[in-house]
Amino acid sequence: MTENFQNQGLYSPEFEHDACGIGFRAHLKGRKSHQIVADAIHMLERMDHRGACGCDPNSGDGAGILLQIPHEFLFEECLNLGIDLPELGNYGLGMVFFPYNATAREECKEILNRKIKSLGFKLLGYRKVPTQNDTLGHDSGSVEPWVEQVFVQKTDALQDSMSFERRLYVLRQFATKIIKESVEGAMEHFYFSSLSSKTVSYKGQLTTNQLKYYFPDLTNENVVSAFAIVHSRFSTNTFPAWKLAQPFRYIAHNGEINTVKGNVNWIRAAETTFYSEFFTEKEMKMILPICDKSNSDSAHLDNAIELLYLSGRSLPHVMMMLIPEAWDGNDQMDPVRKAFYEYHSSIMEPWDGPASISFTDGNIVGATLDRNGLRPSRYWVLDDDTVIMASEAGVLDVDQSKVISKGRLQPGKMFVVDMEQGRIIPDEELKADICSRQPYQEWLDEHKIRISELPESIRPYTNYDEKSLLRRQQTSGYTSEDLRTILAPMAASGAEVIGSMGIDSPLAVLSNQSQHLSYYFKQLFAQVTNPPIDSIRERAIMSLISFVGAADNILTESPKHCRQVQLEHPVLTIKEFDKLRFVDYEGFQAKTINTYFNVQTKDPGKALEFALERVCRYAEDAINDGFEILILSDRSIDSDHAPIPTLLATAAIHHYLIRQGLRGKVGILVEAGDIWETHHFATLIGYGASGICPYIALESISDMNRKGLIDGEFTDEQLYKNYAKAVDKELLKIFSKMGISTLQSYRGAQIFECIGLNKSVVDRYFTGTISRIEGLSLADIAKECLIRHAIAYPKVAVSSVRKLEVGGVYQWKQRGEKHLFNPDTIHLLQQSTRIGEKDPEKGYEIFKKYSRLMNDQTEQAMTLRGLLDFKNTNNSISIDEVEPIESILTRFATGAMSFGSISWEAHTTLAIAMNRIGGRSNSGEGGEDEIRYQPNENGDILSSNIKQVASGRFGVTSYYLSNAKELQIKMAQGAKPGEGGQLPGHKVDDWIGKVRHSTPGVGLISPPPHHDIYSIEDLAQLIFDLKNSNRDARISVKLVSEAGVGTVASGVAKAHADVVLIAGYDGGTGASPLSSIRHAGLPWELGLAETHQTLVRNKLRGRITVQADGQIRTGRDIVIAALLGAEEFGVATAALVTVGCIMMRKCHLNTCPVGVATQNKDLRALFSGKPEHVVNMFTYLAMEVREIMAEIGFRTINEMVGQSQILKKRAKIDHWKLKNLDLSKILYKEDADDSVALYKKEEQDHGIVGVLDWQMINDAKKALESGEKVTAEYTVNNLNRTIGAMLSNEVSKKYKGDGLPQGTIHYKYRGTAGQSFGAFSTKGLKFELEGDANDYFGKGLCGAELVVYPDRSATFEPSKNMAVGNVSFYGATSGEAYIRGMAGERFCVRNSGAKVVVEGVGDHGCEYMTGGVAIILGEVGRNFAAGMSGGLAFIYDENATFEAKCNKEMVDLDDLLPSDELLLKNMISKHFETTGSDVAKNILDNWDTEKVKFVKVFPRDYKKILLKKESESIAA
Amino acid sequence: MGKPTGFLEFERKASQKRDIAERKKDYNEVETKYSESQTKEQAARCMDCGIPFCHSGCPLGNIIPEFNDAVYDQNWQYAYTLLSSTNNFPEFTGRICPAPCESACVLGINKSPVAIEYIEKSIIEKAFENGWVVPNVPKKRSGKSVAVVGSGPAGLAAASQLNKAGHTVTVFERADQIGGLVRYGIPDFKLDKSIIDRRMEVMMAEGITFKTGVNVGIDYKSDRLLADFDAVLLSGGSTVPRDIEIPGRELKGIYPAMEFLSQQNKRVAQDLGKSVDNTKDHRGEKYANGEILATDKNVFVIGGGDTGSDCVGTSNRHGAASINQIEIMPMPPATRAESTPWPQWPMMLRTSTSHEEGCERAWSINTKEFIGDENGNLKAIKLVEIEWVNENGRMTMKDKPGTEKVYPCELALIAAGFLYPQPKGLLEGLGVKLDARGNVDAVKYKTSVEKVFAAGDMRRGQSLVVWAISEGREAARAIDEYLMGSSLLEAKAVSMISAEYVGL
Repeated sequence: MTENFQNQGLYSPEFEHDACGIGFRAHLKGRKSHQIVADAIHMLERMDHRGACGCDPNSGDGAGILLQIPHEFLFEECLNLGIDLPELGNYGLGMVFFPYNATAREECKEILNRKIKSLGFKLLGYRKVPTQNDTLGHDSGSVEPWVEQVFVQKTDALQDSMSFERRLYVLRQFATKIIKESVEGAMEHFYFSSLSSKTVSYKGQLTTNQLKYYFPDLTNENVVSAFAIVHSRFSTNTFPAWKLAQPFRYIAHNGEINTVKGNVNWIRAAETTFYSEFFTEKEMKMILPICDKSNSDSAHLDNAIELLYLSGRSLPHVMMMLIPEAWDGNDQMDPVRKAFYEYHSSIMEPWDGPASISFTDGNIVGATLDRNGLRPSRYWVLDDDTVIMASEAGVLDVDQSKVISKGRLQPGKMFVVDMEQGRIIPDEELKADICSRQPYQEWLDEHKIRISELPESIRPYTNYDEKSLLRRQQTSGYTSEDLRTILAPMAASGAEVIGSMGIDSPLAVLSNQSQHLSYYFKQLFAQVTNPPIDSIRERAIMSLISFVGAADNILTESPKHCRQVQLEHPVLTIKEFDKLRFVDYEGFQAKTINTYFNVQTKDPGKALEFALERVCRYAEDAINDGFEILILSDRSIDSDHAPIPTLLATAAIHHYLIRQGLRGKVGILVEAGDIWETHHFATLIGYGASGICPYIALESISDMNRKGLIDGEFTDEQLYKNYAKAVDKELLKIFSKMGISTLQSYRGAQIFECIGLNKSVVDRYFTGTISRIEGLSLADIAKECLIRHAIAYPKVAVSSVRKLEVGGVYQWKQRGEKHLFNPDTIHLLQQSTRIGEKDPEKGYEIFKKYSRLMNDQTEQAMTLRGLLDFKNTNNSISIDEVEPIESILTRFATGAMSFGSISWEAHTTLAIAMNRIGGRSNSGEGGEDEIRYQPNENGDILSSNIKQVASGRFGVTSYYLSNAKELQIKMAQGAKPGEGGQLPGHKVDDWIGKVRHSTPGVGLISPPPHHDIYSIEDLAQLIFDLKNSNRDARISVKLVSEAGVGTVASGVAKAHADVVLIAGYDGGTGASPLSSIRHAGLPWELGLAETHQTLVRNKLRGRITVQADGQIRTGRDIVIAALLGAEEFGVATAALVTVGCIMMRKCHLNTCPVGVATQNKDLRALFSGKPEHVVNMFTYLAMEVREIMAEIGFRTINEMVGQSQILKKRAKIDHWKLKNLDLSKILYKEDADDSVALYKKEEQDHGIVGVLDWQMINDAKKALESGEKVTAEYTVNNLNRTIGAMLSNEVSKKYKGDGLPQGTIHYKYRGTAGQSFGAFSTKGLKFELEGDANDYFGKGLCGAELVVYPDRSATFEPSKNMAVGNVSFYGATSGEAYIRGMAGERFCVRNSGAKVVVEGVGDHGCEYMTGGVAIILGEVGRNFAAGMSGGLAFIYDENATFEAKCNKEMVDLDDLLPSDELLLKNMISKHFETTGSDVAKNILDNWDTEKVKFVKVFPRDYKKILLKKESESIAA
Repeated sequence: MGKPTGFLEFERKASQKRDIAERKKDYNEVETKYSESQTKEQAARCMDCGIPFCHSGCPLGNIIPEFNDAVYDQNWQYAYTLLSSTNNFPEFTGRICPAPCESACVLGINKSPVAIEYIEKSIIEKAFENGWVVPNVPKKRSGKSVAVVGSGPAGLAAASQLNKAGHTVTVFERADQIGGLVRYGIPDFKLDKSIIDRRMEVMMAEGITFKTGVNVGIDYKSDRLLADFDAVLLSGGSTVPRDIEIPGRELKGIYPAMEFLSQQNKRVAQDLGKSVDNTKDHRGEKYANGEILATDKNVFVIGGGDTGSDCVGTSNRHGAASINQIEIMPMPPATRAESTPWPQWPMMLRTSTSHEEGCERAWSINTKEFIGDENGNLKAIKLVEIEWVNENGRMTMKDKPGTEKVYPCELALIAAGFLYPQPKGLLEGLGVKLDARGNVDAVKYKTSVEKVFAAGDMRRGQSLVVWAISEGREAARAIDEYLMGSSLLEAKAVSMISAEYVGL
């Protein structure tokens, strides 16, 4: 990978993600055998579906194994080579990737040999590792390294094995650094897979099945080990990455470190302070830098773990530091353990993200899970003292009679096999030991500083008078809209501000109004490769706590390490801030730095630069003077001095101090005027600030309160509190949408893409931030500040400026921000399509006026595409040669809008229109009324061609899925990527309740993540599920444009989706937080171009259709989208406008006055749109497209896809902001020869040919044909995935939503079933599973009955062991299930109708449940019933421990009613009958004594509705 | 936003009007005082649209949803702040604006629009009542002087704005009182003239000098004007009325509407004890035809517009024997014409309060001839019904055969609009270039003559008061920019937080 290769186009290797299957096999007593190795490799192969391959099936993403050094084997091998190996432990074995090129290799070796010598080791020799590369695909083969093993002898000076390991570490780090610096090509091709006296790693860019073939060593019987960790990688890309294969030296990581950028920065910042008794100063220098920039997040994590481990902490201790449990706010946690976590949070922020990690130091092997349990990890302990641990159960075929226990790793928990002690050390014991080694609580009590305990400031600030306040507001960039729309509602309600529709005003860099600097930064968010978190319902795992002050050396621990200020949350009041300003607590002091620059100068850009240099210098001086807190303050501005944008000042100091190695020595607090929206806070924290006092915002709130501009009666203090609460909530949401759960790890993590600042600004002040189109210089930024300052401090005394400007971002204003949809364009679009009904020509004429207005942005572009122009190619052709309108129309889709967010009238009008033109309308996330599956009396079809599968899974049944031409998985939505949604109960009327398969009146929550997609391999699984559920539908995945979306899209293509939709950030919404609408995600131009470029580069483009949407309004937009890489196009908002929408932006209030986005009957009656209007609009669009195609010389859309060379940046852009934009990366055309498809040409292989369901269908012939009862038995293993979905599809096709009579098809299975057992299984199916199952058991269950009980030969106690995996019954709508044994996390998540019995569940049980019944006859985990709005759960609470584990925000814990008793008894009896459960039997046998132990979990809303219904029926 | 469901709960109820019989007896305003609760209800109907088409429809860019919201919250002072930030004279527009904002109101798509104008008036009246309208004397004078020639709404708005910027402003008016058409064209029953006086007081206190009875260009030569001032704004209006050149036009009893209306305005003023010169007309010229009264006469008002309607109302108050208003264009539909869909200004039949008070109205009528008696006094009028036909894409009128008729008529008032500003005198003296229609050619308010600017009807031709105020404001900014290099006076389409606005 050359530099050049990386820098063209939009792709960057840093966007790569990976996920995977991991596992280990180990012997508890440390007995080595080859069987362990062979088993591990077999496990790996059985998880092949969790890995992936690129366009050519023989280039894997990576696979590997980490094992103990097979001394016996190597000894013999070395003898043959003339190397005499000393005893095991006395030599270090390095597994090295050398460049294939012999000259370079020799150069590397020479240096390595010298370094071995210089560190006092003796080089024993090299062994060429035998490899067989004949099955490697082109991609992996072309960059295959030369693999050798190097042997170095321990020196006598090294006393023990740890010091030997440390010395080897120094050697590896130092040699690697020098070699990379000295040898050309070594940067990419020299790498130590491992260098240790204990372990060795065999890995490469291989498929799981290639591993043992490629390394024949691994099949040698002499290769023995007591444990082996394996890993198969599913990368979103397939670029050369041998070294990124796992396991690394200490870990195998399935997951994603979302905060890696910040974590690496903090490590780097701390490097100069590193000190360890175990390393000399000289050695320490040789080790640095710890993290190699070109590495993956997992590799960085490995680096950090290694450093902390080798400097003296135990491996479990290190894991607890880096991947802490959720301790903050956990009242049930042992205080000693809590103190440990709290103490360590002052040393190290969490490495945050989903993670299942297997780790080893050669003596212990263990595994741990992130705080939210976002990766599956199942283990079996066998009676031969061995253990199997893997991402899935059943990856080794084991005689079930030998199984002692079946468990899973729980969130935040650790599992360690100590081979020296010869046992498994449980989490509790392990942690109790580690946490009690130091008196952490005492240390905290003594040294931690709390604001509440600090004395009041003796010099507090008083509020500004009205006039000065206005000045400050103006200088800071406030508009009256900010006060009215953002600040006042936040202060009054304590909640985020909700808006609707998308944003159609320009990006900051395209705006003519002076912009807040943070608006140049767009929030990134998680999609596909890692899940966003539900910060509301899963608040328990989120934390806002941070420690501020000097961080001590992270390699040691001492009482003083926690001598920092603890902030409970980042928003500080003026009073609190004043306390900190003059804090003097045992010498702990803060230094204030004024952040302003001189404006009375000819060159404000220079003045700003000087000012930034000054504040950085002051910061450094302050640190050298011993201050531990820096306060950046813009209070001292005046007519000559404008404030430096606080974000710029903060980031500048942050990065300056990182570069100086001083960042760790100081905490940064900010008080500034230009902070009021949550996005302002988020950017400041993202670039290093810890505590923030938005003093002008607070004073503005007081001012508004005084003037009566805030609804309601409040004291100022109450309002501040509300405001802070609103900010906190939204911050958590911003963190969580990236899958980050703590403020500490978000701080400095730079989870943004910058859009519109130039390289010199970004590189210097926002180092490492993604920025791809250049833009403003420092002088331009100064100019933006000057604009605001000029109004605040006018040179002439004009009363006009003594007020705030209107803004116009959230509401169109004459002199406010521009909007694509404005009075003129809306009017013209509606007119054209209406007049077009009678007079198509006239209609088109008006439409052209509309599109001219939309496109005409000659002076000031409003979109990136507005900056583009077609090159004059002289290739014009006659329009008659261009493909006809009809064929273009089939490429159009409308957006996903649910019935519920828009009215029935609007929804069906769009569907009818799209069906008439052969395009696709989209059901949205709301199910679909089954009456729409039959044509209406005109012959019009009301069914939406695209059926969406979103995170709420409302109404997603087999029948629903069977009626689609396309199944769209909504990973993200442009207006609120990474967030969920909520339909309040009052909007769920009878009709909507029915369509969504939920209880009318009960609120419905769409979770932020799909709970069955925490990783790319999960997405592949859902795609597989859906394909099974409807083989004729294409599967599409909706992504939102952001940096790296192209890489994700490659992953999606590799996961076998047929379509990928790249949505712009500006798409519509029925309700979203305003900050999300505006600040999250990117325009589609960037995402689409990146997607196309990346897919072409990966040779995957031909396998997948690319669709684009987001503010697409005209034929020109469509042509540009095609040229940038799309062959299909979504137009949603314009279609809505056509049917009457006038951009009220009130969809969330149900008051749409034109009947579009409302369920109010009276308002719906005002709906005036007709299908004809929509048909007209799309026809006009197609007409325009054809005209442009003729002009630029394309006959077909396919021909046009990705031909970006036709585009150029528009000439004559001389607006000061626009002239420095560089669009060449967007327009970059990936080199590709004719063999590489540029548009969708071939079908995906969905891998459904061999699924068990074919046989099941065959066996069900009689049932399918005539409803006769059938039975059959099957043996299954974890490779048999999604059992039942395809069979259900067959039932649904014939018997519709009603299915077959219960039990018509009765099948039995034996073994460990793969994922998604019983997914989307419909009425008439009964499946009995003897054995156990993996994740997503009963997903989307819609009528079938599922039964699980242990294998007949099993001897373990079923109720204490795992029977099914995580996320069972997700989105189930009906059906029954009886599970003899325990289920994992998120049991019955979003169940709306299934009735199930289980004997224990993990965390987040019954989350978001809206209906159905869950009976749990055993233990439950934390956060039970979070977001549960309907249905009933009954907990057999034997030890009365349940209440503390229940999230009671929405539910009551009630006693049983007689009707409940009846229900319970019936279901428990059936559980006993079907599974033979002794737990059930015991309860039934002692019913009267046992029934009182049941707790009824009764959602309050649901109770209310039931009571209401009851009283209604009594009245009737 | 005050009440999201307000529009579903309340009906439109704009101003209350006095009883017809009663109001016909005097010249007091027809509309009576607002009630606070009613105003609040009406404000609650505002939907605070994402795209406030009302705001788009308002030539001044009034920030309508926000002041509606403030009124709903009974936050009148804030409402006043908002309103006065875009409109110098809401008390004028709140009374006599045809309210294009209401035609554009989103609620108007399928319901009656929000009573915006009524709310506007309520706000400004409340502001005056509570003493919030106070003189805003600039802290520092710029040292520049500006002459505003013509004291109609355009000139006044410009004067007010220029004064804000610190310039020393002198307003010249050739008539005896300040106000132009607002003073002399609008009857008191629509706009009580004390409303203007009230505003004048504020403006004078702010330091603006008013000079009435000065006919600039004649009494005060243009070269002196240019020498005395750093900039000049021409805002003299469109004063040449469209005449009807048909046989009998020379007869006595046929007058331009303004002559009739301005006399009555002066009478009302005089009755209130004001000293006015009732020998001179609104242009400062001698009334050529003596006192014109409609009492006991058969009156024909020629022209179906607002001025015509004012003539109807005035004639009724005079006690005319009969009143007919005729219009050459066809009768518009009762509701919004299909050719002017929402949010456009609708072509539709409008019935004013004057119409309510009694008169006959007829459309598609052409006046063929005035017929006089032996003394040269008008005694009858000959009318014909016409038809509009499309000839080669142009609508032309054709007399309907056999429809010619003669009606008794002793007073005919021509209210057929205005053509262009009076070229003689000032305009010729300055030598400013005129456009094809005879208006002052002033792109971006700048005329062809250095330091001379133009605004209002004089520049854009006859139009609405709201446009005049808008023109005055925009022109003031252009002048300020001219004088100072940049301007911080607000402009309709220039964001205050843009480089363009602050001149960076």
